[in-house]
Amino acid sequence: MLRLLSFALFLAIWWTAALFVGGAKLPSPSAVLDVIIAEASSGALFLHLGATLARVALAFVLAMSLGSATGYLMGRVKLADRLGDPWLILLLNLPALVVIVLAYVWAGLTEAAAIAAIAINKLPTAVVTLREGTRALDRSLDEMASVFAMPRWRAFRHVVLPQLAPYIAASARSGLSLVWKIVLVAELLGRPNGVGFEIGVAFQLFDTPRLLAYSLTFAAVVLVIETALVQPFEARATRWRPRAA
Amino acid sequence: MRLEVEITGKTFKSAAGGTQEVLAPMKFALQSGEVGVLIGPSGCGKSTMLRIILGLDRDFDGHVARPPEARIGMVFQEPRLLPWRSVEQNVRLAAPDVSDAKLAELFRILELEAHRSHFPGELSLGLARRVALARAFAVEPDVLVLDEPLASLDDALAGRLRDEIATLVASRPVTTLLVTHSLDDAVRLGDRLFFLSPRPARILAEVPIGIPREARSDAAIAAIRAGLARRAQDEQGGERAGRDVS
Repeated sequence: MLRLLSFALFLAIWWTAALFVGGAKLPSPSAVLDVIIAEASSGALFLHLGATLARVALAFVLAMSLGSATGYLMGRVKLADRLGDPWLILLLNLPALVVIVLAYVWAGLTEAAAIAAIAINKLPTAVVTLREGTRALDRSLDEMASVFAMPRWRAFRHVVLPQLAPYIAASARSGLSLVWKIVLVAELLGRPNGVGFEIGVAFQLFDTPRLLAYSLTFAAVVLVIETALVQPFEARATRWRPRAA
Repeated sequence: MRLEVEITGKTFKSAAGGTQEVLAPMKFALQSGEVGVLIGPSGCGKSTMLRIILGLDRDFDGHVARPPEARIGMVFQEPRLLPWRSVEQNVRLAAPDVSDAKLAELFRILELEAHRSHFPGELSLGLARRVALARAFAVEPDVLVLDEPLASLDDALAGRLRDEIATLVASRPVTTLLVTHSLDDAVRLGDRLFFLSPRPARILAEVPIGIPREARSDAAIAAIRAGLARRAQDEQGGERAGRDVS
């Protein structure tokens, strides 16, 4: 209820602002909605959204799995931590634009280059978060598992993984928002479709309604995925914790 | 299952860079079905000994012999349950082969039936301790290690749990090692008591108790305790240790 109210307030502010600024710079919500409907009925909207979502999904899965595995290893094995740390610092501080441009230069303007570039941007934060999570693992529970001779996989699944779940959720959360931001840049610079590409085109034509139409649909999709997938996963991962009053 | 422990020394490196001797040379053995009790002042190195015996700490001089296939049941000082798994799952994860009937019996003896599906965070310390006991017994251990399982419980509850431990130990042949600093617990549960010195721990005296556990009346227990007290005085007078007091 409160959310709806807050959304209505946002629309009201937008509408009033559009009245003052004028249609060319800030089109009214109804004008943007018209464009969304037109793009949707031609199918272009879904094509571009689909292309972007596919890139996000691939890059996200790639970065999360590789990053989590590396982070776990670096948290457990001192040597891996020592070897990996300089790379990690380098990757963490490398601007997204540099990674994307270099990927396109070296691997050509290809799908693989785009996805790899997005994944590389997200990878180090996943590593850092999971490394912290692994360092914070409760040693006394490891000892319990070892005394009771739990097989490795069972111990990992029931002793280690539940402890890492909040870190995985946090890393998925922050990682997803990072990927949403970077995927558009990668598309703008080197892909012939996707929301980023469309925004680039709209920018060149100063077509503000179109720009807003794509940005807002994209934002809406992000919102739906966050509330429908990421938040339930977080809630499930922490369900055993006694609820705050 | 026979348990033989021979430790020739254990040192820790302190943060300042020096080394600290935690355990002095010691040697003891427990026969199958025997309950050995380690009694010593706080911080004397009992927990370190247990970690060595359990194979959690391999950085020591000496040798621990227990059959490699021996199943170990352990009750840690703090219950060490998995907070994200229910009481029943906690037991089943450690003891995947436990039968439903056996589990039901354990939960009945330890009065945990109502708590099967609760999470450990919802339990009192006393209940969590009982879950830890259920877990240790559910694996049908050959070697059972109890690290102060009754500490910080009120006397009535501690007494009941002690009786439950005695019942469970009697129900199957298991070599048990109990760590406590309650002489009363030691005398009521133990077959062989090992008195430890302050750090670096060594065995001051080894005292077997001749009366079978189920036959120990309150009077007999009081007599054993009096004997132990007299003996401690004698020792201060310089008399040699190693006599059967019972």
